[in-house]
Amino acid sequence: MYALLSRAQNRVAALRHEPLVSVRTRRLVGLACAIAALTAPAAAAQERPSGVSLGLEYSTGRRIAIMVLPIAGAAGDSIKTIIERDLDYSDRFQHVPAITAPAADQPLNYALMARAGAAGVVQARLLPSGWLRVMLHDVAAKKIFFQNDFPLPTAVNTDAWRMGVHAISDQIEEWVTGERGVAATRIAFTRDDRIWVVDSDGASARAVTPRGMSPGWHPSGRYIVYHVLDEDRHRLVATDVVTGAQRSLTNEKGSLDNSPAVSPDGKSVVFSRSVEATASAQDLFVMPFEGGRPMRISVARGSINGTPSWSADGRRVAFQSDRSGRSEIYIADADGTNVSLLTADAFGERNLRTNPSWSPDGRLLAYSSMIGGSMQILTINLRDRTVRQLTSDGNNKAPSFAPDGRHIVFSSTRGGTEQLWIVDVESGRLRQLVRGGSVSRLPEWSPRLTTP
Amino acid sequence: MPRVSRLAVMLLAFPLALGACKKKPVAVQPEPVAPVTPVNPPPTTPTTTTPAADDAAARRAIEAARATLTQAIYYDYDSDVLRSDARATLDEKLRVLNANPSVRLRIEGHTDERGSDEYNLALGRRRADQAKRYLADRGIDAARIETMSFGRERPAVSGSNEEAWAQNRRGEFQIVAGGTDLKAP
Repeated sequence: MYALLSRAQNRVAALRHEPLVSVRTRRLVGLACAIAALTAPAAAAQERPSGVSLGLEYSTGRRIAIMVLPIAGAAGDSIKTIIERDLDYSDRFQHVPAITAPAADQPLNYALMARAGAAGVVQARLLPSGWLRVMLHDVAAKKIFFQNDFPLPTAVNTDAWRMGVHAISDQIEEWVTGERGVAATRIAFTRDDRIWVVDSDGASARAVTPRGMSPGWHPSGRYIVYHVLDEDRHRLVATDVVTGAQRSLTNEKGSLDNSPAVSPDGKSVVFSRSVEATASAQDLFVMPFEGGRPMRISVARGSINGTPSWSADGRRVAFQSDRSGRSEIYIADADGTNVSLLTADAFGERNLRTNPSWSPDGRLLAYSSMIGGSMQILTINLRDRTVRQLTSDGNNKAPSFAPDGRHIVFSSTRGGTEQLWIVDVESGRLRQLVRGGSVSRLPEWSPRLTTP
Repeated sequence: MPRVSRLAVMLLAFPLALGACKKKPVAVQPEPVAPVTPVNPPPTTPTTTTPAADDAAARRAIEAARATLTQAIYYDYDSDVLRSDARATLDEKLRVLNANPSVRLRIEGHTDERGSDEYNLALGRRRADQAKRYLADRGIDAARIETMSFGRERPAVSGSNEEAWAQNRRGEFQIVAGGTDLKAP
């Protein structure tokens, strides 16, 4: 046990997914028992077979009571605030207000933490090197559960620095739940005919293109493809988010190209296009991300086919089509073959099902649908086709799954102006992502961003 | 001299003819033309007034034809079907298009803000295409008409109510060629 712990202590953590399976599995048992003891001792103890990680607990909606201790140093308050908020937004933790931190190198008073209701305690210290040493304490086991040193940019409160802190939050979440968080991600969206990007916690919203709508992320997180409306054509553009460089993907007079989505391997872009000759129809096309000739993969025959979304393995594409006379969600192989209708006519009214978004684990598809005169967000389970309605207030459109497969960003008019909101699929908890006077819509959640 | 009188007749008759187009048969009598014709113009003035009058008349003719060509049409919710009022508007455009074979139009389909923003782009295109087909079926060369869509992206009026939505579900008509020398039908 000591050997394992010291290995973890000595590890200089890169901001990447580190399985540490053997360590975690053994260590998790301690915290698992602590949480079981804290929340629902008898039932939990009976349900849990030995050795099962806490990650399984979260599917039942359980939240870990966690405390983030005050952090000494000039940036300490900011770091604490960001981590607390990230853990709150993850919807997997119950925030426990911090009590006084012990003096440096003094052991935690675990009994005090337990009385405060904390199952886990995050303790962090800024090192002379500028790195942040983070310790996660298991209160019930009365010991450090995980520990790591994280690099942080020297310039405090910059985008890169905040992203570095978000990455720490994501690591803490992974330590406890076995699933990496999505704090270190961004959401691209459309505002005032420009593409904007905002951090997952709503900070640092900024325009990243001179024009455009309907952003789609490249899996690297470095590029965004989007759609520009000109007077006589709609064309697709790729932008480098870091340099701002723009590259034309399509540009044909009379062509209406829209809804681009980059494949998970980063090599292809699927989009929808209607051309002058068959203006009432719209087909799906695929083209190389690096540029090249688009290939048609759907056979519209007068129907509208659009809003494509890749499956995580890149083998299939979900899209909207009104080939049956009404707009429904279909799934096809990436080459357009093997088309099947996903959303059956189950609700009676004209539903206008649209904007599918595939969950990263391939289990769910989110989409929006007209229900009782307004658009709502739903998920459909791809295995048993169970449908769940996640929203009911206002018009809710254009869902996009987070990389954790648990959160969905969408636009909603529930607060008046159409703005971006995030829902936790499991608990249904909502939060508003961006505010401001202008309409914000067509959000697209980025992949996990390891480089700020 | 005959030139002057012809102009004078045009000047007077054109607005009347326009009026006749808009209102219904308000029996336009040719007789008031007579007194206006020979107002024995001073020898120097014709060179100054005539081109000016000529321009004004031409401008009005152009403006009237342009107004007819660019008048918007409206659609029902989630529909690309041409309503009777839209057909009537298109019929008026037909006359101007027939009189001006060099004119080329771009029809821009628009939608209200409801539904899917991206689906609305396709729906707008479909609306524009329905109007184009209506004109093409009645003899207008399809090559003279382009279609485009702006979906919900460029609303005519703001607001989230049926009144605003109804005004935003529309087809707009842009003259992309031949618009400088329009003739009245």
